[in-house]
Amino acid sequence: MKNENKIQYIYGIADNALILGQRLSELCGHGPNLETDIAMTNMALDLLGQTRSYYQYVAQLSGDGKTEDDIAFLRIERQYKNVLLVEQPNRHFGYVITRQFFYDAFHLLLLEELQNSNDETVAAIAKKAIKEVSYHQRFSSDWIKRLGDGTEESHQKVQEAVDDLWKYTDELFHMTDDDKIAVENGVGVNTYDLREKYDQRIREVFEEATITIPETKWFQKGGKQGIHSEHMGYLLSDLQYMQRTYPNMKW
Amino acid sequence: MSEKEIKNHGAEHSLSLEEIFEQRIARDEKIEPKDWMPEKYRKTHIRQISQHAHSEIVGMLPEGNWITRAPSLRRKVALLAKVQDEAGHGLYLYSACETLGISREELYEQLHTGKAKYSSIFNYPTVTWADMGAIGWLVDGAAIINQVPLCSTSYGPYARAMIRVCKEESFHQRQGYEIMITLANGSPEQKEMAQDALNRWWWPSLMMFGPTDAESVHTAQSMKWKLKRKTNDELRQQFIDQTVPQAELIGLTIPDPDLKWNEEKKGYDFGKIDWDEFWQVVKGHGPCNKERMTARVNAWEKGEWVRNAAMAYAKKQEDKKLKKAI
Ligand SMILES: [Fe+2]
Ligand SMILES: [Fe+2]
Ligand SMILES: [Fe+2]
Repeated sequence: MKNENKIQYIYGIADNALILGQRLSELCGHGPNLETDIAMTNMALDLLGQTRSYYQYVAQLSGDGKTEDDIAFLRIERQYKNVLLVEQPNRHFGYVITRQFFYDAFHLLLLEELQNSNDETVAAIAKKAIKEVSYHQRFSSDWIKRLGDGTEESHQKVQEAVDDLWKYTDELFHMTDDDKIAVENGVGVNTYDLREKYDQRIREVFEEATITIPETKWFQKGGKQGIHSEHMGYLLSDLQYMQRTYPNMKW
Repeated sequence: MSEKEIKNHGAEHSLSLEEIFEQRIARDEKIEPKDWMPEKYRKTHIRQISQHAHSEIVGMLPEGNWITRAPSLRRKVALLAKVQDEAGHGLYLYSACETLGISREELYEQLHTGKAKYSSIFNYPTVTWADMGAIGWLVDGAAIINQVPLCSTSYGPYARAMIRVCKEESFHQRQGYEIMITLANGSPEQKEMAQDALNRWWWPSLMMFGPTDAESVHTAQSMKWKLKRKTNDELRQQFIDQTVPQAELIGLTIPDPDLKWNEEKKGYDFGKIDWDEFWQVVKGHGPCNKERMTARVNAWEKGEWVRNAAMAYAKKQEDKKLKKAI
């Protein structure tokens, strides 16, 4: 497998961690109580830690002197390969939790397979991340239940978020050409195989939370091809601000 | 006096509860939540511990302002972890305060209505990345000097919380100074950014030690209860003497033309602090007082439905368990 394909495959995973980590970072200091604030910051730290491991590996693979920071901060929007789901804004706590829950359920299934990758570095990163992401999944599932089966207001709010974000879940399972090459070479995970377990997991938690899955046949995609929502540019303006304003400096 | 002697002594002269209490403190015994304590001790401690807790969580805001824009992944992660530590400090301190019989809701209420104060330093804006360095170096640095003596203060839960807090604050201070070193050794723009941050944060940091001794109330009482070991002016002097060489070492200039080593007192003489500015900010008219309070009140109000949901859910689960048991 060519390094370039592998790099693109890794972006498809790592960019999700970066962008979701960035979104969670926005909330630090603004949570509904201190305990939740600390827990969400923990998830941001885990995701950004994973991002660094992946990007350091990409830097090594590309062998052109690029650093993890060049990769994180100096690509153009079209080169980020995260799914649309993770870039969706923190409209309210219900959105934050639903976005997290939809991603965590996928992320954990993905990592459980990815730890068997024949690429040792990727496998090691996945293995380490599983512990962290199982905690994320527990956290977001618990909150989905609290909000769904809490008060009338919380039920309505989390259902609203589910209705809005459900259309971004399908993209999680799409495979790009690079993904397919990675699967053929034993590096990557066939995401089609994760779908059934994913749906089951979502259904279980939603049932307890008394939340209904919207009946839509229309889903959104594009992130994996680098065609993002209009939110992405603003997120990147923040993320890239220092590196763009002060190029070629050490921080 | 030993415990026994005090007891005997107490029996003979029928010492008041208050006298016994003061003797315990004089002997460096810790006061614990269940112990008898004078009402004034309780009130003073609620005021000081909650003010400290509020400072930790309001202090998350100026630095939180730069998390999404941190210049490297390493710095972003370190800053996130730092701000998270401050949340943790808030948590320990609120818990310590709650042992004195006041709820977290009441404490927040006091903060949000302006009845309780927090450290004025957090009412200044963070306008460049270098402010993350300056805050860690100077603000956490000043906080440590203020707080290390509290690790042996008389109220047990507060003293224990402070031991954990101080350990992390010294880590923050080193991390902040390290940001400044990197900037000072960097490009001309970076060096200028570092100097500018030092210029803006120096004087407010000196104000963190509070008014001069001549103007300071409560000092005598606080000394007796070991809420204070040194006066404001002594602590301020210690901070200056410690920080000036650190600035020199990395080629930054302290923005005080009157700063001069005084061989006789083995410390620096320094210029006049603008106490008008200090009182302006304390009284609520600093550059960011409104913004900080709005952010806190917003987080609390927008979180209300979430907290209610958690409570309602917990109750439902409890009821389910009960039903099963029956
Ligand atoms: Fe502090
Ligand atoms: Fe702190
Ligand atoms: Fe700190």
